[in-house]
Amino acid sequence: MGDFSQVETTEAAKQNPEYAQALTDLLFQLADDDFILAYRGSEWLGLAPHIEEDVAFSSMSQDMMGHAVMFYEMLEQLGVGKADDLAQLREADAFRNGILVERKNGEGDYNTDPHYDWAYAIVRSYVYGLYKQVRLESLLQSSYTPLALVSRKMMTEHRYHLMHWQVWLTQLANSTDEARKRLEAAIEKVWKDAGELYQLGANADAIVRCGLIAGEGELKQKWLTLTQGIFEKAGLVWAGEPGVPEQRGRHGQHTPELAQALATLSEVYRIDPAAGW
Amino acid sequence: MAQEGMHVHDGLEATCWELLQQVTDPEIPVISMVEMGMIHKVRVEDDVAHVDVLPTFVGCPALEIMKKNIAAKLVEADGISKVEVQFVYDPAWTSDRIVPEARGKLKSFGIAPPPIDFKPGDTWEVSCPYCDSPYTQIDNLFGPAACRSILYCRHCKNPFEALKPIY
Repeated sequence: MGDFSQVETTEAAKQNPEYAQALTDLLFQLADDDFILAYRGSEWLGLAPHIEEDVAFSSMSQDMMGHAVMFYEMLEQLGVGKADDLAQLREADAFRNGILVERKNGEGDYNTDPHYDWAYAIVRSYVYGLYKQVRLESLLQSSYTPLALVSRKMMTEHRYHLMHWQVWLTQLANSTDEARKRLEAAIEKVWKDAGELYQLGANADAIVRCGLIAGEGELKQKWLTLTQGIFEKAGLVWAGEPGVPEQRGRHGQHTPELAQALATLSEVYRIDPAAGW
Repeated sequence: MAQEGMHVHDGLEATCWELLQQVTDPEIPVISMVEMGMIHKVRVEDDVAHVDVLPTFVGCPALEIMKKNIAAKLVEADGISKVEVQFVYDPAWTSDRIVPEARGKLKSFGIAPPPIDFKPGDTWEVSCPYCDSPYTQIDNLFGPAACRSILYCRHCKNPFEALKPIY
């Protein structure tokens, strides 16, 4: 991290344009990652393998949506726009989430004939969750005090998500041949996108220089070490260097799947953005 | 901080704390937000009460309801005409903030209280709130509210809930 003195308040952040811009760029990545994956999680409602899992998955999606709200509200305080508008009225090319979190849950559509991939849900949630853990740990040292404080709070919730996905990973890895095969296929699919997670986008240098978060190299190395240990302990073959998707989500390039998700999730809000909720 | 020219009322603040004893978490109606350790600070400046609240879970949908309930309760006090509720994250709420007297009330409501002074790596052992048996199992880490898990007592054969250790 850069050598930057602690910025205690929103007002102080706003006084330095370079700092405010770097902070804004990072917050969009944090917010959009959690928001879009929470949305994908919500699309599992009623479809998870059993009722207890339905409760668990929706709880985790709710937590993650809450985290996204916190980040959008921080953007609102910086004067970027109203939190609800930022979540619901931006076009896809304004989103800075990684491609991994926007991929559809599987074949079909939530309302018509969903044939979602449960192994993919587990691997995507866990791999993202492990990266999020590394990211939150780094944010505890962030030069922006409000961000360090909410990260501390989020970690208390996030640890339960990691415990949950750990149980699933171990069980599927040591279950039937079919389960193992599906799990390995899901890992392969997730791994093609996972190398984008730790990227910090076009303004990466300033983000790190301002001391907002650790550099990409450090985040990558910590996340890979953590993930490799967990995969090997579950008896899974380590997939090695993760790939990056064709589109660059951190630069605003996305798959049509994101535009479709945004159209669905903001459908009601867009009818009357001024309505009170 | 009080601005120059404003009047800070210590007496009114004590009244506010008393009134807040009557505001409960809508999902756990037996204990107040004060007993939950969620009220961090109360300050009265002129006729405005400022309340700093520590959320238990960031995305808890009950937070907005609690905010409204706090405002509705505090305007009952003579001398308070406006209430500003703010969620703050320093200090972070942990389950150790729940006051000792509230732990028994949680049990009587069928919710096992969280362990005290829980540390990373500790094993979460839960006794049944009905029969005190330690012979319980976790059915689901996640329950009907973000802060609770679902358990089953293998001794008295009752399902019950437990507040998660938040540390």
